[in-house]
Amino acid sequence: MTPTGPAAPPRDNGELVFAAPWESRAFGMAVALHESGAFTWPVFAQALVARIGAPGERPYYVDWLGALEDVLGLAGEIDARAATLAHRPGGHDH
Amino acid sequence: MNESASTDPALRTEALEQLLTERGLVSPEVVDGFVAKYERDVGPMIGARVVARAWTDPAYKARLLADAVPAIQEVAWGGGANGEHIVVVENTAAEHHVVVCTLCSCYPWPVLGLPPSWYKEPAYRARVVREPRAVLREMGMELPPEVRVTVHDSSAEVRWLVLPRRPEGTADHTEEQLAALVTRDAMVGVATVTA
Repeated sequence: MTPTGPAAPPRDNGELVFAAPWESRAFGMAVALHESGAFTWPVFAQALVARIGAPGERPYYVDWLGALEDVLGLAGEIDARAATLAHRPGGHDH
Repeated sequence: MNESASTDPALRTEALEQLLTERGLVSPEVVDGFVAKYERDVGPMIGARVVARAWTDPAYKARLLADAVPAIQEVAWGGGANGEHIVVVENTAAEHHVVVCTLCSCYPWPVLGLPPSWYKEPAYRARVVREPRAVLREMGMELPPEVRVTVHDSSAEVRWLVLPRRPEGTADHTEEQLAALVTRDAMVGVATVTA
């Protein structure tokens, strides 16, 4: 369903939904995992509340990603994999 | 351990997607699909159609206010995350409703899409509860003192949608023309609809 014409207004906010590609991936993974039953939304929301409520202020999707890591319990593995990705040869460091 | 590697959210996201894909928990195509859906297909235009229907069909409005989710699904797809329990509240000459999520960013995705940045900012989340009239004024909406303001705190359990007041001078508008007037901000309760 892609509404067009006069009934397809308010995207008139001129605002990008995602500021960077990784934000959309972090968003899409959480939705996909929820849809497949990996966790209920209140469980994710609770983790997000905890991240947002932590001292200091971070960009919203940094907290979103942190909440997803918390719910999945994968922070350690992500540390290791991210370090491997950072050392990719040939200028693939994003 | 390379500290910058472990804290860069882009790298961490890529790492997470690899790990989940290897385990068969997500596939990149499915993630693509959800991203496209919320970037393109699900947004305030859906809520605008719900509002326009409620303005033109009193029986529909009664159903919407009594039990919003099935009424929304009469008009459009209304499923998925953040749409399990939506409650619609009606603005009147005597009462104005405004919505916030004080703790994070709960928002009725199926009817409004993803929330704007200001909705997720600590400034809005903290202040609109304490001084709603001042916040609304700063956002361009002056409420007469006799209008009662009710702030609704969305949560993972209940997400609120405001049914704005129908603007004057729209008696001969079609439902489609009315839908074109309805803005996201009006459905959050931080703006009025004008013709």
